[in-house]
Amino acid sequence: MNAVIHETDHHHDHKPTGYKRWLYSTNHKDIGTMYLVFALVMLFIGGAMAMLIRAELYMPGLQIVNPDLYNNLVTDHALIMIFGMVMPAAAGMANWMIPMMIGAPDMALPRMNNMSFWLLPAAAILLLSSLLVQFIPGTGVPVNTGWTIYPPLSVQVGMGMDLLIFSVHLLGISSIMASINIVTTILNMRAPGMTMMKMPLFVWSWFFTGLLLIIVMPVLAGGVTMLLFDRHFGTSFFDAAGGGDPILFQHLFWFFGHPEVYVLLLPSIGVLGLVIPTFSRKPLFGYKPLVYFMGFLFALGLVVWAHHQYTVGMSLAVTTYFMIGTILISIPIGLMIFNFIFTMWRGSITFETPMLFAIAIILMFSFAGVTGVMLAVVPADLQYHDTYFVVAHFHYALIPGAVFGLYAGVFYWLPKWTGHMYDEKLGKIFFWWTTLSFNLTFFPQHFSGLAGMPRRIVDYNIQYIEFNQVSSIGAFAFGLSHLLFLYIIIQTVRGGKEAGAKPWEGAQIGTPGLEWSLPSPPPFHSYTTPPEVK
Amino acid sequence: MSKSKMILAVLASLLLTTLAGTAYADYALNFPEPVAPLTQQMYDLHMLTTKIATIIMVIVIGIVAFVLIKFRKSKGYEADQNFHKSTFGTWSWTLVPIIVLGIDLTIAGSATDALQQVEDYSQKADVTVKVIGSQWKWTYEYMDDDIRIVSNMLPKEEAGDNYLRAVDNPLVLPTGKRIRFLHTASDVLHAWWVPQIVYKKDSIPGYINETWTNIQKEGTYRGQCAEICGTGHAFMPIVVEAVSPEKYEAWKAEKLMVAEAAAAEASSDKTWTKDELYARGEGLYNTNCSGCHQVNGTGMPGVFPGLVGSKIATGDIDAHINIVLNGKAGTAMAAWAAQLNDLELAAVITYERNAWGNNTGDAVQPADLKSARK
Repeated sequence: MNAVIHETDHHHDHKPTGYKRWLYSTNHKDIGTMYLVFALVMLFIGGAMAMLIRAELYMPGLQIVNPDLYNNLVTDHALIMIFGMVMPAAAGMANWMIPMMIGAPDMALPRMNNMSFWLLPAAAILLLSSLLVQFIPGTGVPVNTGWTIYPPLSVQVGMGMDLLIFSVHLLGISSIMASINIVTTILNMRAPGMTMMKMPLFVWSWFFTGLLLIIVMPVLAGGVTMLLFDRHFGTSFFDAAGGGDPILFQHLFWFFGHPEVYVLLLPSIGVLGLVIPTFSRKPLFGYKPLVYFMGFLFALGLVVWAHHQYTVGMSLAVTTYFMIGTILISIPIGLMIFNFIFTMWRGSITFETPMLFAIAIILMFSFAGVTGVMLAVVPADLQYHDTYFVVAHFHYALIPGAVFGLYAGVFYWLPKWTGHMYDEKLGKIFFWWTTLSFNLTFFPQHFSGLAGMPRRIVDYNIQYIEFNQVSSIGAFAFGLSHLLFLYIIIQTVRGGKEAGAKPWEGAQIGTPGLEWSLPSPPPFHSYTTPPEVK
Repeated sequence: MSKSKMILAVLASLLLTTLAGTAYADYALNFPEPVAPLTQQMYDLHMLTTKIATIIMVIVIGIVAFVLIKFRKSKGYEADQNFHKSTFGTWSWTLVPIIVLGIDLTIAGSATDALQQVEDYSQKADVTVKVIGSQWKWTYEYMDDDIRIVSNMLPKEEAGDNYLRAVDNPLVLPTGKRIRFLHTASDVLHAWWVPQIVYKKDSIPGYINETWTNIQKEGTYRGQCAEICGTGHAFMPIVVEAVSPEKYEAWKAEKLMVAEAAAAEASSDKTWTKDELYARGEGLYNTNCSGCHQVNGTGMPGVFPGLVGSKIATGDIDAHINIVLNGKAGTAMAAWAAQLNDLELAAVITYERNAWGNNTGDAVQPADLKSARK
C-alpha cells in the first residue's frame, strides 16, 4: 500500500519520522541499522563482562567478584557475545546488503523482519535480568553453569535459569524468523538475470547460515524446554534417578551448538569473499568451489557435534566417527583459506582497514584451524578438554573468524551506509591496536591450558600467574580499543569526506556489484524497477 | 625467576606460533611430564599435531608474506584479471582436499591407535578405585579393600604455594600396577583429571565411566576438577601420591587398622567431655567444613552462611544434628551421615556450638547421633 502512495507522490525517499520510523519499521535498511546498533550496545555490555572476568583473574585470590557471580559473568559473556552481538551484527549486515546485492526492493517478509528484530531487546532484557536477579534475596543460586547450562547443575540454579531459558526461547524465535526471511528473500527476490551462481559470496554464506539456523535452533529450544520441565514440572529427562540421562542434554545442546559456530563464522567468510577481491582488484579465486565447499561445510557441520563431548564416555566406534568427521572439517576450511590467499596472488593489493582485517583473519583463523585439528584428536583432547587451551582455541576461531570479519564488513560498508568515508588513519590504528592486543590476550592462554589450568575457575594456583597477567593486560587494551571503534563509527555517521556510489576502486570486479551502483547512502527504497544484471 | 618467566610469556605471545614449535617442555609452556604409558602416548600425539600445526602455519605465513610483499599496488603491480580462469585456477580446488586429506589421515591413523589403548578394558586391573565427585570434594573408595578416603582442599595457610592444588588426604596408589578408575558423581557433573597420570572422563551422577593407568614413577601428582560444578568448582583439587607397591601395602594395612580402631571407639558407650569433643572437632571442622564455612566460621556472605552466632549453631541441638546429618536440599550443604562416624559428627557439632564465641556449653554425644540416625 505504501508503494502506491510513493508512486503517486513520485517521491521515493519519503520516510516516516519520529519513533514510528523505527518501532513500526518494515524497511530493510532501517531494520539493518537497528540490528547493528543493538549489536554494538551488546558488544560493550558483553565486553564489560569480559573486563570484569580478566580483572578478577589478574591476580590469584578472590578480589572483585565472588565465585557465583564470576561464573554467571562467564555464562552471560558467552551468551551476549554470541546471541546479542555476532548474530545480530551479521543479521544487520544481511538486512542492509542482501536486498541491495540481489536487486530486491526489500526483504521478502518485511513485517516479520520487524518482529524478528524487536524480539531481541526483550530477549536481552530477560538475559540481563537473569544476571541481576541474584542480587534480590530469595532467588536462589545464580546461573553458575557456563553458557552450556548442563544439567544437573542447571537444575540446582535459582530463578536466573528460568529467565535465561525464556530469553533463549525468544532469541531462537527471532533467529528462526530472520533466517526464514533471508532464505526466502534469496530464493525468491533476485532481480532477473541474478542467478544463484552470480550471487556475491556474502549472500551465499547467509543462505547456508539461514538454513543452519532453521535446522538447529528448534533443537536448542526443545532442549531448554525439557530443562524447564525438569526444573519445575517433575519430569526427569536429564535425571538418571528418574530414568533420564544428563548426557542427552549435551547432545541436544551441541547439535545446536556446533552448527552455531558456523552460523557465527559463515557471514564473516562471506564478507572476506567481497573484501579480498575488492582490495586485490581481481575476481574471487575459485568462486564455484568456494560455494560448493561452503555447502560441504554446512552439511559436515551438522554431523560432528559430539566432539564437544569426548570425555562423557561414548563408545569407541562413536568417538572414532566424530573424530574423523571433525578432522575432515579442515578440508573446506583449508580450501577457503587457500582460495582467499590465491585471490590476493597476482593481485594489485592496497591495505585499507577492511583489507588489513581480512589478511589478519586469514592468518589467525588458520591458526585456530590447526589448533582445532589438534583438539579433534580424541586421545589428546582427553588432556586439552575443558582447559584454557580450548578457551584460547575458540577465541581464535570466533574473534578473528567472526568478530574481525564483522569489523571488516563495518569498515567496508560504512561509506555505503552513511555516505561518508571513515578516517582511514584511525581505522588503521584501530586495526593494529585490536590485533596486537587480541593476540596478547589469547596466545598465552594456550600455554596456561597446557600447564593444566581448567576453564571457568575464579581462582588459580600461583604457577599460572604470569600467563594470566599478560592475558589480562592484553584484554584491557583490547577492550579499550573498542572506544576508538565507537568514536570512528560516530564520527563517520556524523560527517566526513563524500564517499560516492563506489568508494572502493575494486568493488565491482568479478561480481554484479548492484549495491555499488546505488548512491551512498542509498535511497530509502533501493529499487522501484528491477535492476539489470549483466 | 618469576620475572624471567613473565618475559618469556610476553615473548611467547608476540612471536606467535614460531615459538610454540621450539620452546616445549621448560617453563610450563607444555604439558607436565607424563609418567604413564597412556599419557605418554597422548603427549606424543600432541607433539605430532603441534609440529604439523607449526609447519602448516609457517607455510601459510610464508605464502601470505610473499603475496603481500610482491603483489602490492604501491609497487605498481597490475592485477592479473584472468588468473582464476587459468588451468591452475580451474583445477587447484582439487589440490587442497587431497593434501589436507593426506595430513588428516596421518593424524587420524596415529590417533586411532592411541584411542584403542584408551578404550582397552580387557586386562584385569590390580587396583580398582571408585572416584566420586561431589560438591566440592572427591571421595575415593578402594573396591578391593574396605578403604575410603575423603579428599578436601587444604586452606591457603597450610597449602602455601600449592594452594588450590593441595588436599588433606591424597589418593595413594602403587606404581607399576594397572589401576582402574570408576568415575561417578553424587550431585552434578565433575571431571577427575591428573594430567601426568590419567586423562579426563566426566563423573556423571547415575552413570559410571572408566579410565585406567599404570604409573611408572613415584611422586606427587596434582590436578583439578575440570567440569564446571557450581560455586566451588575452582576449589576441588586432586592429589595422587604414587608409591612403591611395598609402601602401598604398608599404607593400606595401617589405614585399615586405624579405621578399625576409629570404628570401635565411635561405637563404644563412653560419655565424652566437652573439651575432648571440642579438641577432636576442631581438626575435623577445619578439614571438612572450613572450605565453605571458613576456618573462623564467618562463611562467605551471600554464598555460604556463617556459623558465628547463627540460628542453627546456637539454637536447637536436634535441628543442628539434623542439618549436618542430612544436609539441606537445594543448597550446597551436603549430607554428612555417610561420610563421618557418630563420634566425629558429635565432635564437629560440639565444636561448632562452642567455637568463635558460640558459647552454648553443649557437649553432643555420639549416642545422640546414633539415635538421630534412626
